[in-house]
Formats: sequence, structure tokens, C-alpha cells
Amino acid sequence: MTNSFKVDLFNAVHAFNATGIPAHTAATADVFKAALYTAASSLGTTTTSYTGAVTEVSGTGYTAGGVTVTFGTAPANTTTTSYLTPSASITYTNVTLSTSFDAMLLYNNTNSGKNAVAVFTFTAQTVTAGTFSLTMPTNDATTGLLRIA
Amino acid sequence: MDESLLEKREGTIDNDNETTTWVEYWLEGELVHRSAHVQLKRAVVSFGETAKF
Repeated sequence: MTNSFKVDLFNAVHAFNATGIPAHTAATADVFKAALYTAASSLGTTTTSYTGAVTEVSGTGYTAGGVTVTFGTAPANTTTTSYLTPSASITYTNVTLSTSFDAMLLYNNTNSGKNAVAVFTFTAQTVTAGTFSLTMPTNDATTGLLRIA
Repeated sequence: MDESLLEKREGTIDNDNETTTWVEYWLEGELVHRSAHVQLKRAVVSFGETAKF
């Protein structure tokens, strides 16, 4: 598999079959969002979409669907690994989330199916009139948030 | 508010998956503020393979 193909996967360059081709133009980047889920949820590799995922957190200051994730840096490739990392922290400000949560679902909000990209888990947290933030790792072939090796 | 009445509590969680810091402020036994910041360590990796022929 070529290295350029791995980068192309991030950018939806190829469509091998008509089934499942998203209804958007390749010239426009999709909008990705990050939603938080309670510790009672069971998100994982079998999670297919935002709409099919339960149980999202709720609370003061939190909007269902979560926040927009910024991908300001284009996918890149080093040796055999392609990688992509949000260019800014994912932050939920001035929220109160009383039910403990331990997962974040990254999903495509432009796609009508709101297809899932990845699930990230962490130690269960609550927030009281405060801020919850997820800081991204260094964007490289070793620690980038999304990598295709 | 007299900030001297606030009790500050802090903590850190460090494991293979994350480094998390949290801070709480308590006023007369009531939690009035809690924030948490998670530094993700573990990325998602997909391994692409091609068949040999």
C-alpha cells in the first residue's frame, strides 16, 4: 500500500464503490465534532455513528452533539505512517456535567449519517461550573491522534 | 465572594492512556467549581495491509 494512498484516505480521494459515497464535494472539508458520553455508555470499535451512540452527556452549557473539532493542519506522511491531529484542544467551557463521563466520540457532522471516526476514553470525570478540555498529542507519525500505518 | 473561604483541591491522573489534572473549589462543604483537563496519549492507529503475490 502506498504512503500517498494513506493520506488520500484521510481526504476521501478514492471511491471504489458507489455504495456509501458521501454527498459532498471533495473541494470542501467536512465538519467534525466531538461529543461526550457517560461512563454507562459502551462506545468502541463497533460504534458506527453519532446518531447510533448512547448515552451522551447532558447538562448546563453542553449542547447535544458536542463541539466542533478544528483540523487546521493537513494530513501528512512520514516514512510508512500517515497521520492527522486536531490543531487545537477540544474544549467545553462553562459547563456543569454532573453525571460522570469517560468517552469522547469524534464523528463527521457533515455526513448525513454522522459517521463515527474514533472513540477516545479517559478516567471518568465530572465538571461543575467549569471547563473540560482534551489536549491533543504532538502531530507526528508516532503520537498523532489518527494514524494509518 | 470572599475567596479566602474557598478550599482548593487538586489532583493528577497519569497512566498509559492520559495525563489528567483536575481542580476543585469547595465553599462551606459544597463543591462550587470543578474543571478537568485531559492530555491524550494514546492515538488511534489503523494498519493497512496489502496482499503479496
